[in-house]
Amino acid sequence: MSMDRRKFLKAAGLTTLVGLGGKGVFELLRPGTVEAEMNHEGHGKEAHGEKDAGSKIRWAMLIDVMALNKEKIEKIVHTCHHIHNVPNWGDPKNEIKWIWEDEYEHVFPDSYNEYNDILNGMPFLLMCNHCDNPPCVRVCPVQATFRRPDGIVAQDYHRCIGCRFCMAACPYGSRSFNWLDPRVHLEQEIAQGRKLNKRFPTRMRGVVEKCNFCVERLAEGKQPGCVEVAPDVMFFGNLADPNSNVRKILKERISLRRKLELGTKPSVFYLI
Amino acid sequence: MIEKALKGSSVYWGWIIFLLCIIGAGFMAYLYQLKVGLGITGMSRDISWGVYIAQFTYFVGVAAGGVMVVIPKYLHHYSKYAKIVVFGEFLAIAAVVMCLLFIIVDIGQPMRMLNVLLHPTPHSMLFYDMIVLNGYLLLNIICGYNTLLADKKGVPCPGWVKPFIYISIPWAISIHTVTAFLYAGLPGRHFWLTAIMAPRFLASAFAAGPALLIMILLFVRRVTKFDPGMDAIQTLAKTVCYAMITNLFFMGCEFFTAYYSQIPGHMHTLDYLFRGLHGYGELVPFMRAAIVIGLFGVFLLLVPPIRRNTKWLAVAAASVFVATWIDKGVGLVIGGFIPNPFETITEYHPTLPEITIATAIWGVGALIVTVLYKVAISVREQQAA
Repeated sequence: MSMDRRKFLKAAGLTTLVGLGGKGVFELLRPGTVEAEMNHEGHGKEAHGEKDAGSKIRWAMLIDVMALNKEKIEKIVHTCHHIHNVPNWGDPKNEIKWIWEDEYEHVFPDSYNEYNDILNGMPFLLMCNHCDNPPCVRVCPVQATFRRPDGIVAQDYHRCIGCRFCMAACPYGSRSFNWLDPRVHLEQEIAQGRKLNKRFPTRMRGVVEKCNFCVERLAEGKQPGCVEVAPDVMFFGNLADPNSNVRKILKERISLRRKLELGTKPSVFYLI
Repeated sequence: MIEKALKGSSVYWGWIIFLLCIIGAGFMAYLYQLKVGLGITGMSRDISWGVYIAQFTYFVGVAAGGVMVVIPKYLHHYSKYAKIVVFGEFLAIAAVVMCLLFIIVDIGQPMRMLNVLLHPTPHSMLFYDMIVLNGYLLLNIICGYNTLLADKKGVPCPGWVKPFIYISIPWAISIHTVTAFLYAGLPGRHFWLTAIMAPRFLASAFAAGPALLIMILLFVRRVTKFDPGMDAIQTLAKTVCYAMITNLFFMGCEFFTAYYSQIPGHMHTLDYLFRGLHGYGELVPFMRAAIVIGLFGVFLLLVPPIRRNTKWLAVAAASVFVATWIDKGVGLVIGGFIPNPFETITEYHPTLPEITIATAIWGVGALIVTVLYKVAISVREQQAA
């Protein structure tokens, strides 16, 4: 691999710090940087998450599916998978997906309506829902996946034992398992011209991974990668703050969330 | 006492060597899996549990089935089970060891396994599974070894063992209940999300465990001087019959709820397993066969003259074992993943290395049963002499 050991350890250390130090990251965040409306106080209970009712932040993602097209989808997926060094296996058996495209009827199989010509066949973007009541966190036997106070469902690749209970528990198919060594495949891709993002660690085989709401970028005061490359499609903000960008948009647009009947309370909203 | 396993005929040693070869082959395959990753199996992003977890689930049932000998013996003082109760306990030991091995080969980072102890997580059902399975193993080792040792010496079982025997009874129920809870509490997996999952698991366990025990005891009766007693075997057969009928009844309840309510999510997996869904239906012949074979087994057990015929009894026990194995050791786990959360279908084809590893674990189970039964039979033969 083109990354030497020292650089890798630095990157891994930084990300572990980000992944594990929920509170520490909060302190790193400064108001205004990620539209992190930390100045507003006392609005936590207005967010629909009962847990951490006192938390001032609950990150949420809004996806304007009406503004989506093939080109933007490709750009978003490519950016995310580049930032997070997600290997491109090219086969459905081994593939790792953090964000990907599927049709409406597969994204909302429970509300499929055969007469709805507007939505049927429409491309949607799928990702981890960062549920307020995440089943994956409930079932994980080692707390390798856990919910941070800001609502992000994080994954500790260094603790995961690879039992895949979380994959069985996730009703959204958001989780991927490294069936084979992703580093070996990344090396092949690098040989073919792919660039590795040295600021984010690669994973080892035998662990589960998924979208992390770009927690490593939030810590640096940046927007998630998908939002940065498609600011007219993806909107990221604080659901706990009634004056935030996302709450304002939600007041004006009709939004959908996946499989609400399961009580998981997703933090990803689809604007139609 | 264990030294009795070291004295045997050439057939005995031939069988041991055969099992060791199977285990060796599986061990090589496992080393390959450790090196390359679980990608060598047929599992995928959609079917994230396969043969390993399915076999794990089935053998938790076999292990729990041992309690069907312990309850009559210790709670009802059914003396005809006095000689065979240890065989139930030894079968449970082998089955639990198999379960633990199936878990170990299934996890992606086995060297991190002790994280389960390092970060105990009471909201995870796997945490409880770890406790109840290891506890059940220990209980059966304590009870089985000490009762047999007492028999060998011709003295009554020491008093301190009794509490462990009584604890082992609810404990047996707990292992399969917790295993059912691994599945029955997951939102979005309609096939598993059923309140009768644990009762159904127990019913099929109490059919499968004693059915296997009958087959082994009939074999023991043929090839050794120890006679477990046909009365005891007949009583076991009745247990298998009741339990299998209950199991089939529960299965019928699942069918009713799904097809009478006509809720698609409840019907889809059953459609896939028994009728085929969207052109996919590789498991259909197996699942249908499981129903037919299961009903056939129940029929054989229900008619007293047939049940009393040793050959037909063996066929009946084998039928129940095979039917429950297809149902729980194949259909239940794989079916839960079909269709996937996007209502699309990915099928599952286990690979050769995967099957080699699973077969090796069966081999380990057979080896443990062989060795422990050899010891127990030697003790019994000594008593008879």
